[in-house]
Order: sequence, then C-alpha cells, then structure tokens
Amino acid sequence: MTLSDASAVMGAAVPLDPALLTRADRAELLRYMTMMRTAEERALSLYKQGKVPGSFYDGRGQEAISVGAAFALSPRDRLCILHRDLGAHFVRGVTPDRYLANYMGRAGGVTGGRDGNLHFGARELGCVGMVSMLPDMALVANGMALAMKMRGEPRVALTFFGDGSTANGQWHEAMNFAGVQRLPVVFVLENNHYAYSTPNELEFVVDPARRAEGYGFAGAEVDGNDVEAVFAAVHEAVERARAGGGPTLVECQTMRMHGHGAHDDMGYVPPELLAEWEARDPIQLYAARLIEEFGFAAEEVERIDAEVTAYVAACAERALASPLPEPGPALEGVFADRWEPLGDGAAPWSGWAEASAGAAVGAAVERRAA
Amino acid sequence: MAEMTYLEAISDGLRTEMRRDESVFCLGEDIGHFGGAFKVTAGFAEEFGPERVLDTPLAENAIVGAATGAAIEGMRPVCEMQFADFIACGFDQLVNVAAKLHYRQGQAVPIVVRLPSGGGFSGGPFHSQNPEAWFLQAPGLKVVAPATAADAKGLLASAIRDPNPVCFLEHKGLYRHVRGEVPEGEHTVPIGEARVAREGGELTVIAYGSAVPAALAAGEERGEDIEVIDLRSLWPLDREAILASVRKTGKVLIAHEATRACGVGAEVAALIGAEAFEDLDAPIRRLTAADVPIPFSPPLEQAVLPQLEDMKEACRELLAY
Repeated sequence: MTLSDASAVMGAAVPLDPALLTRADRAELLRYMTMMRTAEERALSLYKQGKVPGSFYDGRGQEAISVGAAFALSPRDRLCILHRDLGAHFVRGVTPDRYLANYMGRAGGVTGGRDGNLHFGARELGCVGMVSMLPDMALVANGMALAMKMRGEPRVALTFFGDGSTANGQWHEAMNFAGVQRLPVVFVLENNHYAYSTPNELEFVVDPARRAEGYGFAGAEVDGNDVEAVFAAVHEAVERARAGGGPTLVECQTMRMHGHGAHDDMGYVPPELLAEWEARDPIQLYAARLIEEFGFAAEEVERIDAEVTAYVAACAERALASPLPEPGPALEGVFADRWEPLGDGAAPWSGWAEASAGAAVGAAVERRAA
Repeated sequence: MAEMTYLEAISDGLRTEMRRDESVFCLGEDIGHFGGAFKVTAGFAEEFGPERVLDTPLAENAIVGAATGAAIEGMRPVCEMQFADFIACGFDQLVNVAAKLHYRQGQAVPIVVRLPSGGGFSGGPFHSQNPEAWFLQAPGLKVVAPATAADAKGLLASAIRDPNPVCFLEHKGLYRHVRGEVPEGEHTVPIGEARVAREGGELTVIAYGSAVPAALAAGEERGEDIEVIDLRSLWPLDREAILASVRKTGKVLIAHEATRACGVGAEVAALIGAEAFEDLDAPIRRLTAADVPIPFSPPLEQAVLPQLEDMKEACRELLAY
C-alpha cells in the first residue's frame, strides 16, 4: 500500500452535506481524536513504567475512524468496539480514567480487572466488549440488529474490525447473515494494512469493500484519516440501516502507526510507508483544516489540545489512585442472576441534540427515521 | 397431564414458552416451514410466523452469535443445532463470547442451544456424538440433559427463562422411544437438581440422558437393590443428591453414553472420591462409550457404545463385590 494507492480510494468518499456538522461538532471531533491520542500516549508511558500488567495496544493514526464512526450514532444505537477504537468509547461517554485504570488492572477500570486493555464494553453506555477472536463481534452486532429489526425499532448496531478479520470464516458468516436478513447493521473495516505482521496481499486478493456487493449490500471506501469522510460514510450507512435499507460495509483506509502491540517494533513495515502516512496524520490534518477551511483561530485549536492534555492528566491521577481489585470476587459472577438491558450511550453530534435527555430519545430516533 | 413422547414434550415446552413470552424465538437450519430435521418445530412457523422461527444460513457461529446479540438486546433466543456435533462449528461464539460475557463485564446472555445428541442409529462419527463434556470446560455455560418427557419440557422452559447460556442436550434415541406423562401448560424443572429415578439400597447408578432408561431396565432385574440417580443437570451438578445416594448405598456405577476420558463420569467420580471416600464399599465404576469416534456400521457402533447388557453386567459385578 502506497500513498498513491490510498489516494485512489479517496474519490469514493461520500460527499458530506456541510450542514450536517456544526462548528461545535467539528471542535468535538478534534477534541475526541486528541483525547484518544493523549490517553493512549499516557497509557503507553504507564506501560513503560511497568504499571500495566500484560501487554499494550493502541490505535495511533486511526483516531479518525472510531471517532468519526461513533459520532454518527444515536443514544439507543449499540456498539461492539475493538482494540484500536478508543475514540468510540470516549464518544459514547467512557472517561479516560476508566480506560487507564482498566489497562492497569485496577478496580476503577471498566471491567474492574476482569479483562484487560480495550476488552471492555460499558454496559451502561450501550456497548458490548470485544473478545480477542476476530471478527466475532460482527456476529454479535448482527444479533443486536436482528432484535431491533424483529421489534421494528429504528435502531442500528455498529461494529469495527480490521483487514485481518476479513480473512476469517466468521467474517463471511457475518456478512452473509446480515445480507440475507437485511439487518440494520454497519460494519466499519479499518484497513490499517497489517494484521500483526501480515500485509494485505497475504490476507486477500479482492479488496473487502468490493465483496460487499457479493453479499447483496452497499460497500463504501473512504479515507480513514479524514474524520469527516468517515463520519459522512457512516452517517449515510446508519441512515440507510435505520430506514430498513440493510447493512453497509464501510472500509476505511488507514495505517497502523505503531506496532501490533508495544512489544512489536514493526521492523517489517517499510520506513518510507510510515513516513508517507505520518504526513497524513488525522489529527494534524483536521486541526489544519479547521483553521484553513472552517474559520477556527489557531488559539482555539491549541486550547482544545491544552484542555484535553490537562483533562487526561487529571484522569490519569484518578486511575493511579484507584486500588487493585480485592481477589475474593475473582470467584464470583460466572453466572447471572438476571438479565438487564444495556443503557444508552452519549451521542454528542448536534444531530442528536434533541435526543439528549431520557424519554425523548426514542421519539427523536423515530422522528429522524421517519 | 398428557402422555407424549420426549420429542413432543420438547415441542410442547418450546411452544408453551413462545406463547407465554413473545421475546422467545427460535433460529436454526431448516426449522421453519420444514419443521427441523427432527420436526421439533413442525407447525411453529405457521403459528408464530417465520421471523420467530427463523431459518438461518448454514452457519453455526452466525446462529450462536446472532442469538447472543439478540439476547443482549432483550430477546430469548433458542438455537437449534441440527445435530449436537455441529456445535463444533459454533463453538467459538459459545465458549468465547456467550459464556464469558457475564464474568467479564456483567452482561447476561440468556440463550438456549438445543443439541440433538447421541448415537445408536448408524449416524456415524459426525451425527452421533455426545459433546457435553466440551461445555463443562467452559465456565459460564449451564448444561442440562433430560431423560424423560416431563423433564425435557420442564428443563427446556427453565433453560429459556434462565439468564445464562444453557446447552440443552436432547438425546435423539429418546425422541420417539421415551413416552411419559407431561404436565399441561407451563411446567418448569429447576436447573441443578437431580432426580431419584428409582430407589434402592445396595448400589447407586448415576446416569443421565440415554443411560437412564438403561439403568432403570437393569434395576428392574434386581428388585430393591439398585438406586438410579438421573442427574438431569450436568452443570451445575447436584452434589448433595449424588453424595446422599452414595452414602446410602456405598457402591457406585456412573453411566453415560459419552466417551470416558475427562467426561461427566470423571467429574462425578472425583467428587465422590473426595467427599464420600469413607462411605464407599467398592471401587467407583464407569460405564461409558470407548474413547474412539463413533463408527458407522452397526456391529462396530455397538462395540463402542455402552449396551444394556453391559449395564446389567456392571451392576451384577458391583453388587457381588
């Protein structure tokens, strides 16, 4: 994958109605991407300090995808978020202290130490946590979408997966089932060009976005380093799903700028490829665009960065103050006593502003869908 | 009460729960208008509509995964594996996703996976297995294996109402050969409770599934000597019922059609060895399938699966010990 290859797919991006995003929305998009970058940088330093048991994974360079995609969702939509998608957790309302505490195996982490890194889903925010087997959550997202369809609710399930996932048999099962049942589900493929060390050409011959047609539903390719392009494509996919138009596969072209994990020096990636993508850093690109195209003052952009930096630092202190879990409960909780519904997630996009409070949510979703 | 076959009781239990709760739905291969390979859902699509009796593509992980997601969203899905053997193709979703979600993040996954299991009819290596021990190694799954029509109905209803993933092993050999009185309307049997299927004083046969009718037949020959414990639930195990019977008789035969190594019998034997050693008057015996795949041709299959005569012989030997 070269930069010119990546540029070739950008023409396929969905044109964004500029009115969909307000000035405040654009500031939020930058804020969430910056929050993901800053929190992951802090987590990496905690890992290097020996405060993170096990291993460390991040999504550096892919911030536009999880933020742009999650930004298109309503409160009652549901997500299965993967390990390079921290921005989606933040958009839905997870705070960085819970993320950092989770990495450190602390009681204050989202799973309270039951599972590590980004293997979590905040139930109260409408998320189901990933498992390591990929792309298992695509099948679970199908099931959530199936329930929504059976009950006639104008809601959507969204999940992420990577290029490597598209080589697994469960990916075919997921796409085929979603196509046959015409489910209200959105599949966001983050093609970061390496499944651990394996490049695209050893994973597949036909690009996954082109396979969508074979499953009978829409596919789109977008520049995954352009947060507004991701938002536009996912927004269109979500609206299609909500209106009964079935699934969409949105392939976001990007580059994994760090190793598979912090233990991986990714010597297998040509340095010039990394340099090309470094020049297309999604956060720097968007910050520049806000100034040049959308009339932001440089000070505004700098202020967002400074506010996020201070916020994440405070969150890190809270996470570090959180105790390790008591060992006793490790033996509890294998079985449930009762089922309880997932809660609704935050939906900061202005398109959902009317849906921000309690009982209004369902009605607003239905108004938008109508 | 109505007399019905084991298979009719499963249908009756499923139909009753679907009438009671509209979040209950079925999904699986060929279960709609075709009624399923064994006709458990015959007539269901006509009564409940094709959406609640969902014909799926041939994709077991997609079935279990869809059930998991739908359950998280408040449905009560009942998956049908066409044969229990095929859960191997859906195993990842079952053991890695559904089984662990509650422990990892407090997410209940109320799904039922129906598993037509067992051999004895020349089904060969891929249509005859008894895979229950696979599930016992996956914390987070409940496992039930009824032997009577009434228990088939009642345990299925309890499995549907349980907030956890439940593997429901229904033995194909019992489908049309076992008949019994079944309570009409809503009927539940608690998960985790064994049943004294026959009282006796000299020997306890601990069995489940197809081994229960064989144990009862062996018991008939020996008057009041043989007690038969029908486990019904394999996880959680009814430890108290097992230990109480062993303490009474002092001799134990554990019988199941599944293979021997690391099977349910091994777990039960370990429990008895640890908790009731002083009460034993004879070594614990197991009567199981041999540790080989289930062969196709009748004489080969009979050589591998435990036969009624084997049960009688094992009982005689233990009683004479």
